[in-house]
Amino acid sequence: MEKKDSLKNNNLIEAKNIVFEYYNYDENGEKKDTIKALNHINLSIEEGEFVVILGHNGSGKSTFAKHLNAILTPKEGTLFVRGIDATKEENVWDVRKEIGMVFQNPDNQIVATIIEEDVAFGPENLGVEPAEIRKRVDEALETVGMSEYKRLSPNQLSGGQKQRIAIAGVIAMKPKCIVFDESTAMLDPIGRRQVMETMQKLNKEYGITIIHITHYMQEAILADRIVVIEKGEVLLQGTPKEVFKEVELLKRIGLDVPDTTYLMYLLNQEGFNFESDLLTVEEVAEAIWQSR
Amino acid sequence: MIRNITIGQYYPTSSSVHELDPRTKILITFIYIFGLFFVNSFIGYTFVALSFFGAVKLSKVPLKFILRGLKSIMFILLFTVALNMFFTRTGNTLFAIGFISITDEGLMIAAKMGIRLILLIVGSSLLTLTTSPIELTDGIESLLNPFTKIGVPAHEIAMMMSISLRFIPILLEETDKIMKAQMARGADFESGNIIQRAKAMIPIMVPLFISAFRRAEELAMAMEARCYRGGNGRTRMNKLCYKKKDGYAFVIATVFIIVCILL
Repeated sequence: MEKKDSLKNNNLIEAKNIVFEYYNYDENGEKKDTIKALNHINLSIEEGEFVVILGHNGSGKSTFAKHLNAILTPKEGTLFVRGIDATKEENVWDVRKEIGMVFQNPDNQIVATIIEEDVAFGPENLGVEPAEIRKRVDEALETVGMSEYKRLSPNQLSGGQKQRIAIAGVIAMKPKCIVFDESTAMLDPIGRRQVMETMQKLNKEYGITIIHITHYMQEAILADRIVVIEKGEVLLQGTPKEVFKEVELLKRIGLDVPDTTYLMYLLNQEGFNFESDLLTVEEVAEAIWQSR
Repeated sequence: MIRNITIGQYYPTSSSVHELDPRTKILITFIYIFGLFFVNSFIGYTFVALSFFGAVKLSKVPLKFILRGLKSIMFILLFTVALNMFFTRTGNTLFAIGFISITDEGLMIAAKMGIRLILLIVGSSLLTLTTSPIELTDGIESLLNPFTKIGVPAHEIAMMMSISLRFIPILLEETDKIMKAQMARGADFESGNIIQRAKAMIPIMVPLFISAFRRAEELAMAMEARCYRGGNGRTRMNKLCYKKKDGYAFVIATVFIIVCILL
């Protein structure tokens, strides 16, 4: 796998004014009401970025993610992935080659009964030569640290391990970007940590763009950029420090902020005067120590 | 616990039979069944049985393991034998009670039928014992491939088989979970007559089906996200290829079928 060379300043994903609606039907099959899941979303993501998309349930964050991989197509607006128009039916497979996707439930995305067979599934679909598939599968399993399990059945693995297999299955297709659609939501803390470490490794060492959709604030801290989506719109975006400064705004839309940020916020409310963009436990401890 | 069950009855060990190409094994199993239907004498059956024992010896699968497979068909076996024994009217009557009579020819036919069925079952179970489910589906796909022209969906059949194999343990585990959840709320699955017990299963089946459909939908989405679009233009990581061993196996199988026809 090629290492990250230089950070080119071109946009990997360019979404403009995306609208997506779905409908509720009554018993007679008539449209009852229309729900606007995405309401004119504008977002561009650069190559090599680690972006976290935050939002509570029903905010449209997963719907947006499914657009990136052309599983859903927008009703209005334009979406370009590496210059390819993702709204066109004929480009679907090209888009999916560039953008891999890891879903929430680890069990429901593994196809084969043997781990290495499952990792091979993607490249097999792309029509890659057998010898090359073998090479990619071994590399991908090495990257996620699951080489020793390659002949086992997925049923013998823990949730975190299964999710890493799913990641291996995606990186064997050599995508430019991987979208994690709440991939950590069903995992235990250990599994979550393993998956987050794998994500960071892919981003830092291999230069793969990561778009991680989550509602765990601790995971959002690791991002280059956080995008907060609310009611199908981009409410806020910026570095973790910039975003988590907005404690009141985030609380109002039902999102949490990291405990550290919240502690600083509460202390400041009590009349202290701390910087409002401290994130890690160390930073906070340092600041409190200094202010004695 | 339930996650570790093996589907089918694969007996993992390394032997020359295990290493054969799955297609070879499937074809030879057919040849064996064919041969079995050609022979109709006790010498013939002895020959088939000896060939079978030879194959078992080569496969290193304990004989006990193979014979265990007979237990499940015991009833059908006994029923067939009994039917042949009581209802063959030709030959010399050995004894008769009322309308039931047993003739020497009837006994002969029943015995042959029994032997034939036993050899059939144990012979074909040797295939599933020495071939993992994955190899089996690969083999079936490859063998059916020439028939895609006349509309046999070879790739789809194989894909369905392998997905079922993947999800059977998951759904079993889920059934277990749902049952426990219902039992914790006072559901009773053990008492009552058969109809009552069947009725008690409904609250298990409904959530199980809903969840299975949800899983199917998610899996389909995940497969599409990984660029799956049917068998066309698809390559395989592990290509099946016939080796020297498979050649020898086919030679032996040819000799076997010739002897069967001659006997």
